[in-house]
Amino acid sequence: MPSWTKQARFEREVMPHLDAAYNLARWILHDPHDAEDAAQEATLRAYRFLDTFRGSNAKAWLLAIVRNSCLTQLRRPRPGSLEAAPTDGTDSMEAYAMGLTPAASPESALIEKDQRDLVDRCLQELPIEFREVVVLRDLEGLMYKEIGDAIGAPLGTVMSRLSRGRALLQKAVSVRVKGGA
Amino acid sequence: MADTHVVEQHVLEQIDGYLDGEFDLATSLAIERHLEACPPCRTEADSRRALLARIAAETTRFAAPDTLRHRVLRVIAAEAGGSPWPARRMPRWVLLVASFALVAVLSSGTTAYLMRGNPAPGVEEQVVASHVRSLLVAGHLTDVASSDEHTVKPWFNHRLDFAPPVSDWAAQGFPLLGGRLDYVDGHTVAALVYGHRRHLINLFVWPDGAARPQPLELSARQGYAVVHWSDGAMVYWAVSDLNGGELRDFCEGLRGGTPNR
Repeated sequence: MPSWTKQARFEREVMPHLDAAYNLARWILHDPHDAEDAAQEATLRAYRFLDTFRGSNAKAWLLAIVRNSCLTQLRRPRPGSLEAAPTDGTDSMEAYAMGLTPAASPESALIEKDQRDLVDRCLQELPIEFREVVVLRDLEGLMYKEIGDAIGAPLGTVMSRLSRGRALLQKAVSVRVKGGA
Repeated sequence: MADTHVVEQHVLEQIDGYLDGEFDLATSLAIERHLEACPPCRTEADSRRALLARIAAETTRFAAPDTLRHRVLRVIAAEAGGSPWPARRMPRWVLLVASFALVAVLSSGTTAYLMRGNPAPGVEEQVVASHVRSLLVAGHLTDVASSDEHTVKPWFNHRLDFAPPVSDWAAQGFPLLGGRLDYVDGHTVAALVYGHRRHLINLFVWPDGAARPQPLELSARQGYAVVHWSDGAMVYWAVSDLNGGELRDFCEGLRGGTPNR
């Protein structure tokens, strides 16, 4: 493919999903700079491998690459990094569930703000293996099949992770509401 | 009793797939039947549905910073154009035609037209600043909050010496949220506010002093998409955190006329 056609195709098919790419990176990595780096690296890789992409959903394809770039970043040993790469999820799920104690009663002025980003905070604290499927499905609208391709897991795993992730999130939100209000 | 319990467990695990529309019709119908008959499962499905609604409404979707967008485009332009390939691969006649066209443009009055036609950078800056301000200042977004064009239109008519076209595009997914007066480029202008999913669009409208129609032009500033055009009677500036393509499509629709319902 001549490179100017490739560039045009990239701008038409991939660039519209740059927000989604950055959003996923932010939710996986948290840090804005790391997220920008990962999203950039992934997007440029998508450009280089554009010729190999034959599918119909460029967004799902790009997000799979973003997810890989993020995991590469997480595996890079970095001092002070709190985030660990995903495991099978059992340990982190238990840890998350154990940590679900009602939040300390905030000052009244803070309550409103507190409630407004409640879901954000609970999602942020969700273990990464659950958080990534919730973000891919509930924020980016990917089908289970596409999520499975992105995270390299069979449909059954996608379904159970999403289900457990949402259940944890639901619990976290309701605990915080009771604790905070 | 034990049997019921097993069935119940089974459906609880399938609620997410069911709500996400991932099952075939037969399975979905079976789950639906079970939910009708089983209050605990139904409660679970309802609260899950409520959670999904909260996630959709309240979770932050981080927009790619402008710096990222520009950097990616720059690197790709360099990779595409930096090698000798594109020039060689591009048919010779394309370059020839392009150079003739350039000469023709430069040597005709068209240049003056194009230069005048280009929106003043100051205006773009102002509408983006106005868009940002409308989001930051509580209660500043709309002075008249209504999805009813028949409420918004007369509201403007009483306050402006021109009548901005007001239409609701809810059927296309862009509901009209209201309007306010704003001040851009030395004019009092109409600002119409539209929503799309969780994004907001400010559409600034004022009379076209030059009375010169201009085609849609998409640009980006500070991470916001900006679309500008004129139909000869009114100048339009749309600003949003939507992606550029979506904003342009919406503006094409606006420019095309009244929405289909």
